Amino acid sequence: MNLNLLHGVVGQSVPRVDAEAKVLGKGIFIADLFFPRMLYARVIRSSEPHAKITHIHLETARLVPGVPAILTAEDIPGRNEIHVVFNDQPFLAPGRVKYVGEPIAVLAAESPEIAEEAAEKITIEYEVLPPLLDPLEARWHPDIHLFGKDNIYRHLKVRKGNIEDGFARSDVTIENEYRTPCQEHAYLEPQGMVAVPRPNGLMDVYGSMQCPFYVQEGVATVLGLPLSRVRIIQTATGGAFGGKEDVPTLVGVQAAILAQKTGRPVKLIYSRDEDIISTSKRHPGIIRYKSGAKRDGTLQAIEVEYILDSGAYATLSPVVLWRGTVHAGGPYRIPHVKVDSYAVATHKVPAGAFRGFGSPQILFAAESQMDELARALGMDPCKIREKNLLRLNDETITGQKLTFSVGNLEAFQKTVETSGYLKKRNQKKETPGPIKKGFGLSSVYYGVGLGAGGIHLARAGAYVQILADASVQFAVGTTEMGQGMATVLTQIVADELGLPFDAVTILETDTSRVPDAGPTVASRATTMSGNALKDACGKLQESLFRAAGDLLQISKESIQIKEGWAVDSGKPGHRMTLKEVIAECFKRRENMAAAGFYRSPEVSWDDETGRGNAYITFAYATNAAEVEVDTETGVIRVLKITAAHDVGKAINPQLVTGQIEGGIVQGMGYTLTEEIVTKNGSVQNPNFSTYIIPTIKEAPEIDPLIVEAPFPNGPNGAKGFAEQPLMGIAPAIANAVYDAIGIRIKELPLTPERVWAALREKEGRDKRSSH
Amino acid sequence: MIDLKFTVNGKKVQLRVPGAKRLLDILREDLGFLSVKEGCSKGECGVCSVIFNGRVINACLMLACQADGSEITTLEGLSKNGKMDLLQEAFVETGAIQCGFCTPGLVVASRALLNKNPDPTEEDIRDGLSGNLCRCTGYTKIVAAVKAAIEKESNTRRGDS
Repeated sequence: MNLNLLHGVVGQSVPRVDAEAKVLGKGIFIADLFFPRMLYARVIRSSEPHAKITHIHLETARLVPGVPAILTAEDIPGRNEIHVVFNDQPFLAPGRVKYVGEPIAVLAAESPEIAEEAAEKITIEYEVLPPLLDPLEARWHPDIHLFGKDNIYRHLKVRKGNIEDGFARSDVTIENEYRTPCQEHAYLEPQGMVAVPRPNGLMDVYGSMQCPFYVQEGVATVLGLPLSRVRIIQTATGGAFGGKEDVPTLVGVQAAILAQKTGRPVKLIYSRDEDIISTSKRHPGIIRYKSGAKRDGTLQAIEVEYILDSGAYATLSPVVLWRGTVHAGGPYRIPHVKVDSYAVATHKVPAGAFRGFGSPQILFAAESQMDELARALGMDPCKIREKNLLRLNDETITGQKLTFSVGNLEAFQKTVETSGYLKKRNQKKETPGPIKKGFGLSSVYYGVGLGAGGIHLARAGAYVQILADASVQFAVGTTEMGQGMATVLTQIVADELGLPFDAVTILETDTSRVPDAGPTVASRATTMSGNALKDACGKLQESLFRAAGDLLQISKESIQIKEGWAVDSGKPGHRMTLKEVIAECFKRRENMAAAGFYRSPEVSWDDETGRGNAYITFAYATNAAEVEVDTETGVIRVLKITAAHDVGKAINPQLVTGQIEGGIVQGMGYTLTEEIVTKNGSVQNPNFSTYIIPTIKEAPEIDPLIVEAPFPNGPNGAKGFAEQPLMGIAPAIANAVYDAIGIRIKELPLTPERVWAALREKEGRDKRSSH
Repeated sequence: MIDLKFTVNGKKVQLRVPGAKRLLDILREDLGFLSVKEGCSKGECGVCSVIFNGRVINACLMLACQADGSEITTLEGLSKNGKMDLLQEAFVETGAIQCGFCTPGLVVASRALLNKNPDPTEEDIRDGLSGNLCRCTGYTKIVAAVKAAIEKESNTRRGDS
């Protein structure tokens, strides 16, 4: 840590740097971009889950005036390949389709209306083949092969201790199967891109995205261009949540290949139904979970089988599965562990990244199991958690020793105390009416950053420039999508350079400004770009300290910089403005621009032994939910959620609480109403009147709490966490529902129909047993 | 094609457009009011909310021919002479904005609510904004923003600010 710095704006809830443009409704989103002579694109998609394409009829569509290009797999100048983790996904279906909504052709027209008219005139003949729609049927299917010989994209395991011993030592074992639904991101801004060919053979692509460097690779591969001729510029991104990790590559290439062919700008904005039908979602999960504990509540063993229904191409499934597998135990000490997990191919739209990335499914099971164990042992769910929570120097299930920044117990205690959980639960009275109240807990942890599953991408570049008027511009390769990165990084740069917050401006993310920073996923932007910026600012500080030392005639080690001043730390009155110092730097012809780079600390993973130091650090959280269940209708109302999160350091507390609140409500939707329904592989509910996300009417009262166990390798002690708020909401609510009505529902979402049926079934059981 | 006359943000406009053109497209494409967003095209998400003769409507569900003679306010009409509406200030200060795509619709719907009822209860606020989806904020800070704006407006009315 540099002792020359006094901290000014880090830790303060300054307003977002993008707030003004957003609240004034400036045209900052991709749909707001217009270029002269721009064409409008459409994508022609498969109507079948599994079929051979026998003929594509383009003749009548070609006769529509104003359609300069219609392209199929045959017209691809580069490779017909979208690389995510594997190379199994084509850009346009080459003769065979594997899911409803798979792109077959793209066209560009003079107007959106002409594009639609032409698209409707394209007919496709298929030889329909039998689809595999159930992951349990697809896994090891003898005849139909989507991927390899077994339809398994990846099989992973965790092995710790001795599982037989673990269960032999357990006084109680609980075994259950849980199921979780397919969740849609439902970002409010649909996917969209504009590709603009440039006269010098360059292709610029603007759009809504999380990962510009993925889009760059995709455009270069399919268009047959060197990476150096492809430039990706991110526009303001209207929500993403993982849904704009890999998918924008497809959208960007769809626009770019038409721009390349026609030599004109091409705009492609997905409609809501097209977006829901054809883009990635949260994997449906099947989790078979066996847990064992001693009489005093000490956890002994877990044995887990975890199956993810991954859809027709691997996309991110191998790494989604990895994160889920590593998180299988929850934030507890467990000596004996056996986990086997499978990402299985089916003829459905590929599942992908979604806030929590494979962990919410398995944590729903893990945290429901904790309550079931507590019940079997006659303990309060609070006590069994407290007893087993990971503490400093404990080991995770993969054998990673936690030697710093473990705010697990503190987050747990803060939630339990602030929510009044124990008091409320113990004083709860049986009410006579149909409305029953319940209280539930969940504890979770989150491996920060890509971890060993994505170590090859775990670096970031940054660029910082001080200008002659003492203002600063900087650029990073990670993206702002609403989470607040731009503001947090501006705060970090302002303090590093000792300049006022207002003097610092973040530039839009553009692949030509900084080296490949990897994706903006895994809650990694603050730590990775923050550290890269610190590296760049450190170089500029050298010049500032040298010039200030000379001007103040003291050693440069005595200089402190803060809020526009260079100060003699021994004599605070002895100071001068940084404006003067910067002017001196320019007079000396110092280089006032610097590139920064950061590589994350080493992590490890061994596929064979199922062990490793999986992540650079973890964030921790405990949620407490208060619910009401109407036993006549099955309707659940979430009244309040209290959630404490260990974030290392809250660089901007208002942004932190915003992430907690947003994640909780998105998690509540996952728990109560959200489920993509498919019939023969085709999405049945591609709009917001049939796919139900929470409105302001259902949003509960939320008490967001911040815990700070500093991360030594994080900028100012911060660690990423913004996925974590969603992750434990389903089990917290399900545990509260159990507390209210005594029923364990093991399948999400907890719709009124499902709860009502469970209530009636229990009534029948109770009646029979009373006879 | 029809001849259309209406008032947007206090200015009279006259256009010749296809009668079946959506008000959303007229506002965005013909008139350049880019705050009016398109999120679902079916009146389900509220990002295209505008104030139409005093009430909030979804511009994606209204056709040009229905707009003739109307008075429309978009988000652009709320800030006057470069000064933000108190609601806009409150949205910024309370952190009610994340991705910003739903923000224009929510500010407009809040304005329509406060125009009708300057002192709504929390229940009234939630009812008034129930047609506007937000996927980022969890709505907590949006409710807080509207409450903060009510406070600011009542102070302005009392003249203590």
